[in-house]
Amino acid sequence: MNGDVNGDANGDVNVNDGGLGDLPPDLLRGLTQPRVSRRAALKFGGLSALGMALSACSIAGTKGKGGNLGGQAWREQIATYWSQQKKKGHLDFENWPLYMDVGKKSSDHPSLDLFTKQYGISVSYHEDISDNSSYYGKIAPVLSAGQSIGADIIVITNGFELENLFERDWLLPLDQSRMTNFYKYSSDLVRDPSYDRGNIYTMAWQSGITGIGYNPKLIGHEITGWKDLLDPKLSGKIGMFNNSDDIASAAMCALGIDPEASTPSDWKKAADWLKKQRPLVRKYYDQSYADALAKGDLWATMAWSGDIFLKQADNPDLKFVIPEEGGIIWTDNMCIPVHSQHPLDAMIYMDYVYQPKIAAMLADYINYITPVSAVQPIFEKEAKDATTKDDKAYYTNLASSPLIFPKPADFARLHRYRVLPSTERKAWNALFEPIYQS
Amino acid sequence: MNGPRIRRRLTPYALVLPGWLWLVIFFVVPTLSMLSVSTMTGNDLNGFKQTFHFSTYKQAWSTYHVQILRSLEYGLAATIICLVIAYPVAYWIAFRGGRYKSSLLFLLLLPFFVSFVIRTQSWQFMLDDHGMVLGLLRTFHLAGSHTQILQTSTAVIGGLVYNFLPFTVLPIYVALERVEPALLEASADLYANKFIAFRKVVLPLSLPGVFAAVLLTFVPVASDYVNAQILGGARTTMIGTVIQTEYFTNLNYPMAASLSFILMGVLLIGIFLYARLLGTDDVLEMAAA
Repeated sequence: MNGDVNGDANGDVNVNDGGLGDLPPDLLRGLTQPRVSRRAALKFGGLSALGMALSACSIAGTKGKGGNLGGQAWREQIATYWSQQKKKGHLDFENWPLYMDVGKKSSDHPSLDLFTKQYGISVSYHEDISDNSSYYGKIAPVLSAGQSIGADIIVITNGFELENLFERDWLLPLDQSRMTNFYKYSSDLVRDPSYDRGNIYTMAWQSGITGIGYNPKLIGHEITGWKDLLDPKLSGKIGMFNNSDDIASAAMCALGIDPEASTPSDWKKAADWLKKQRPLVRKYYDQSYADALAKGDLWATMAWSGDIFLKQADNPDLKFVIPEEGGIIWTDNMCIPVHSQHPLDAMIYMDYVYQPKIAAMLADYINYITPVSAVQPIFEKEAKDATTKDDKAYYTNLASSPLIFPKPADFARLHRYRVLPSTERKAWNALFEPIYQS
Repeated sequence: MNGPRIRRRLTPYALVLPGWLWLVIFFVVPTLSMLSVSTMTGNDLNGFKQTFHFSTYKQAWSTYHVQILRSLEYGLAATIICLVIAYPVAYWIAFRGGRYKSSLLFLLLLPFFVSFVIRTQSWQFMLDDHGMVLGLLRTFHLAGSHTQILQTSTAVIGGLVYNFLPFTVLPIYVALERVEPALLEASADLYANKFIAFRKVVLPLSLPGVFAAVLLTFVPVASDYVNAQILGGARTTMIGTVIQTEYFTNLNYPMAASLSFILMGVLLIGIFLYARLLGTDDVLEMAAA
C-alpha cells in the first residue's frame, strides 16, 4: 500500500504491502509467539522513536495493515487462527481499580473464582490501568517491538487510545463463534457500537456517563445543564476535566451539537464556549476532582456517574445530573492484545461475563451501567426476596437507578465521543489542549 | 626517547575521555536528534519525515508563549524568594553552626528523603479551602468564603520555593564556609563595624555561591512540571506540563521538541544576560574556583 517500513526490535523489517486480508505467516506466528526475548524488548523498546530519528532522519510510523476488514480472505485467516488455538488453563487480566466484585477479603473475587471452578482456567487479575493515555504509553513501545505485554485481556475506553490500537493492528479480531452469551444477552448500547462496528475487536466491560456532579447545599439551587457552568456566581468553584475528548464533547453538547457527528467548524465553536467559561474554572482536573467535590473545594464539576455514587457515601449532599443539553456516554471495552499467550482462555472469559447471573454479580458491586439488561429483573427479584430491610432498599435502589439502567429518555440525551483518526487528531489537540493547559 | 613524554602529554586526555564520552552520548547525541525531530512533519501513525519545517517553532511560540513567559516569571519569583530565605539560613549555619553544622545541614535535607510528589501532595491538604491555613485565617476573619490559595499562582510559587530551597542554600553555604575568619578580624582592626564588614568582605566573597545558587534554582524551577499540576489551577500551567502532554499524550514529537528548544534558548539568553550583569568572567572564574 504505502510501502511503509516498520523497524523491528531485532532488526527485522516488515514491509506493509497488502490489506489485512493476506495476513503474512510471520504475523500469524507473531500473534502467539514473541519473536524477541523480553530482555531485548526492554533494550530496544525504550529507544524506540528517537533512536531511529537519528539513524534514519525520520521516525517510522506505527500504522497497521488496515483495510479489507470483514473480507472473505480475512475472515478465513481469522477462523484458521482461532481453530489452531488451544485452551491453556490460565489467563492474565488487566483492569481498572474498583472494577471487579469483591468477596470477604479484598483480594477475593467471587465471579473470578466461579469462573476458575467452572472452566478450569486460573486467572491472574491486576488493577494496573488508572488512565487510558498513560497505560497506552506503557504498552505501545512493547507492542511496537513485536512483544507480548503479558496480558490476555485489557480494558480500554472507547476513544483515542482504542482507536490507536485499532489503527495499528494491535488487537486480535475476536472469535465471533465463541460469543453466544454476548449475542444473546448484550444490551443495545454495547452491541455493534459505533466505535467498533460488528464487535470485531471488543466486548464491553461496563459503561458510564459523563455529566455534572454538584452540591446543591453549597450552591443554593439545583443544576440542570452545562449552561449552569457559565454562572459567574460559581466562579472559582467549577471543575472541568483535563483531557480534550471530555471537555470538547461537553462543550458541543452545551451548544446542541452531537459530538459524534461534529465537524472542524463545530470544534471551533466548542473551543470558544470553553474559552468563555475558562475564567470561572478553578482547575482542569484528573480523577482528583471527586475528592475536591466531596470536600467542598468544588461546587459543580464535570463528573463520572459511578464516582458520584461512590462519593455520596462520604458526602450525602452530592448529586449527579445528566445535563439537559446532553451528556456523554462511554464504554470500557475488553479486548485481546496481539501476542496474547492465552487467547482462547480470554475468549471464554469474555463471553462468560455476559451470563445475566455473572453480570449481576459484577453490577452489584461496580454500580456503573451493566452491558446486560437482563440484570434488572434479577435485582428486582433480589429486592422481592430480600430478608432484611437494608437489602431490600439496596436492591430496589439499584434496580431503579437511572445511572445503572438508563431509561430510553436518558439515552436520547446521551452522545458518544467523536471517533478521531490520527490524521484529524492534530487539529483537535491544537484547539483544545491550550484550553485545559492554559 | 620521547615515549614517556608523549604518554605524559596524553594522560590528561585519557583521564578526561570517559567524561567526554558520557557528554557526547548522553547530551550531544540526544540534543542533535531532538533538534532534528523539531523540524520534522507527520504524525505518529504514518511516521515523521525530515522536511526542515521551521514554522513549527513559530506555531509553538504563538500557541504557548503565555506558558513559556509564565514559567520564567514563576522561576524568577521563586528564585528571588529562595535567595531571601536561603542566604540568612546559610549564613547562620556557616558562622553560628559551630560543631552542629553537619547536623543542621542534614536537618535541612531531611524532608527531601520523602518523595517530592508526596510532599507536594501534602501541601494540597494544608492549602485547600477548608484546610489548616485557610481554616485558621477564617477563624480570625482574615479570609472570606471565596478566598482560595490552592489552584492559584501563590500556591505554585510556594511549592516551587519549598521544593528547591536546598539547591539555593547549599552553594551559598559552601561559599560562606570558605570565608577566612582572619579576614573578618582584619576588617575589625581596620575599624569596620559588623555591617560594613559584611558588605565589603563577606558578601563579595559569597557572590560566586549566590551565582551558582541562582543557576541551580532558576533553571530547574522554570522547567518544573509537577508543582503546577498538583497545586496549580486553570491559569497556572507551566511549559514543562505542556511539553510532557505534547510528547506522551499527543505523540506530537516535533511540537514537543520545538517547545523544548525555545525554552532552552530563552533560559540561555537569560543566563547570559545575568552573567553579564554580575561581572561575567570574574564571577564565572570564581564560581569555578
